[in-house]
Amino acid sequence: MSPTDAPSPSADAPAVASMSFEQAMAALEQIVAQLESGRVDLEQSITLYERGAELRKHCEAKLRAAEMKVEQIVQGADGSAVDVKPFEAG
Amino acid sequence: MSDLLFEDDEPEASGPNGDNAPPATVSELSARIKRSLEDGFGRVRVRGEIGRVSRPRSGHVYLDLKDDRAVISGVVWRGAAQRLEVSPEEGLEVVAEGKITTFPGQSKYQIVIEQMAPAGVGALMAMLEARKKKLAEEGLFGEARKREVPFLPDVIGVVSSPSGAVIRDILHRLSDRFPRPVLLWPVAVQGEKCAPEVVAAIQGFNALAPGGQIPRPDVLIVARGGGSVEDLWGFNEEIVARAVAASEIPVISAVGHETDTTLIDFVSDRRAPTPTAAAEMAAPVRGELLATLSGLEERRERALSRLLEERRTRLRDLARALPRPDELAAMARQRLDAVGERLPRALMASANMHQTRLARVAARLSSASLVGRIEAGRERAALFGDRLRPALERAVGQTRDRWEKSARLLEVFSYKATLSRGYAAVRGASGVASSAAELAPGETLEIEFSDGRVTAKVNGAASSEAGAGKLDTMSNKRAEASKRRKKKSEPSQGDLF
Repeated sequence: MSPTDAPSPSADAPAVASMSFEQAMAALEQIVAQLESGRVDLEQSITLYERGAELRKHCEAKLRAAEMKVEQIVQGADGSAVDVKPFEAG
Repeated sequence: MSDLLFEDDEPEASGPNGDNAPPATVSELSARIKRSLEDGFGRVRVRGEIGRVSRPRSGHVYLDLKDDRAVISGVVWRGAAQRLEVSPEEGLEVVAEGKITTFPGQSKYQIVIEQMAPAGVGALMAMLEARKKKLAEEGLFGEARKREVPFLPDVIGVVSSPSGAVIRDILHRLSDRFPRPVLLWPVAVQGEKCAPEVVAAIQGFNALAPGGQIPRPDVLIVARGGGSVEDLWGFNEEIVARAVAASEIPVISAVGHETDTTLIDFVSDRRAPTPTAAAEMAAPVRGELLATLSGLEERRERALSRLLEERRTRLRDLARALPRPDELAAMARQRLDAVGERLPRALMASANMHQTRLARVAARLSSASLVGRIEAGRERAALFGDRLRPALERAVGQTRDRWEKSARLLEVFSYKATLSRGYAAVRGASGVASSAAELAPGETLEIEFSDGRVTAKVNGAASSEAGAGKLDTMSNKRAEASKRRKKKSEPSQGDLF
């Protein structure tokens, strides 16, 4: 670690954007529990709070993508999937 | 059957007239039997239990089909054996389909089997048990093989029939819980095409490239509604089980009702009792998640404000406990004042003390004591002056004596070394005689040897030759003279000095 790197709790934490919903949710739960324990110093609590906000945003974005799009695979001559078409219940 | 009767009739018909006809050979007869059986029966379907099975290296399979009273030999040619739906096993009740023919070499008739299927539920279950055992031994059902079904999949793949209640149930439950993109891979869910199509669908979904044009599902649901054991049989096929085991994408199986267990259920990552339950396993309830999230959000806000409030309170408490700056300074100032007050007094006391000491010392410093010391010095100087002259004269005298003694000694010892080498010092009346001419006849001489002196008298006048000769003679008599010396030396010595 170079001396210019400011030590921060999020330095070794994974980037929120690459997290799955479940990971983000679990991370958020952990952060809240940590904040509630009160055993964090002020600087860290602010950092945790901000990371919590980021995680919440990420989770919400995942939850907002609630679209029911149903498509049906169209097979090619060799049996592999070549395309999709809207599903029509038979 | 009518053909057979007709064939049978033929020899009878010709019999009466054929007495003279030549007899048929065994081969000819066998060929006629073969033809008549093949033509008479054509394709048959027969149900029976498989008896003895043998598999020579040729790849053909020989077996017996039997019931409680009869046995028919059967053969499955290699090509057909590879295509058989079920592997012939002794004791399995099957329906075999094929042609009746003969084996003339052994006078046997047999059925050439082209297709074979298990007959009845019992037979199917027995076969299923055997398959299950085999795959379990291979480790395909191991818990360690099970993959985790994602909590919130981005895309859900469904392998099922496009028609019917199953897909509707799944989609309905998904939209209730968490509307998601769904990709349906339509397959036949019963009949001979079922297993190969299900396999193709599972493999096809896995073959989709992540991030490709068609989104690759995160989870697969293989579903079918309830049905008879035969209806569900496709999901008991080994190829289906192996395709599920090989799938990289986690698979949820939902085939039949809860009580129906098919082979795919053992190998899938999760088994759902119904298609609806499969949808529940595939997606969480969005509403619950939103509630959980807002709950967490509330707790997060509250936790931080409590954290800040706690610190604020603590800061206030600490601030209260902290002494005021002027209070801190006041104490110091008081000390300064006290010390400052004592300073001039201390200085004065110190000066007084030094003055007293000075006065005491000055009092002891008087001229009388100094004069006394000077007088004493003068007396000591006079005393030393009186003693100086005699001491000096004594010292000079001693030195002179020592010097004279030394000079005499020097004179005496200076030639001694020469004497020891056989020379002699001759002294006449006028001191040391260094030549014969210095001596007069009758003169008393003192001859000094290294070890002592003797006196002698000069007998003749000086002559260089005679003198030398006489002296030599005297030298030869030296030992004798030395003896005499003891008697004469004392007076001689006395004379000399």
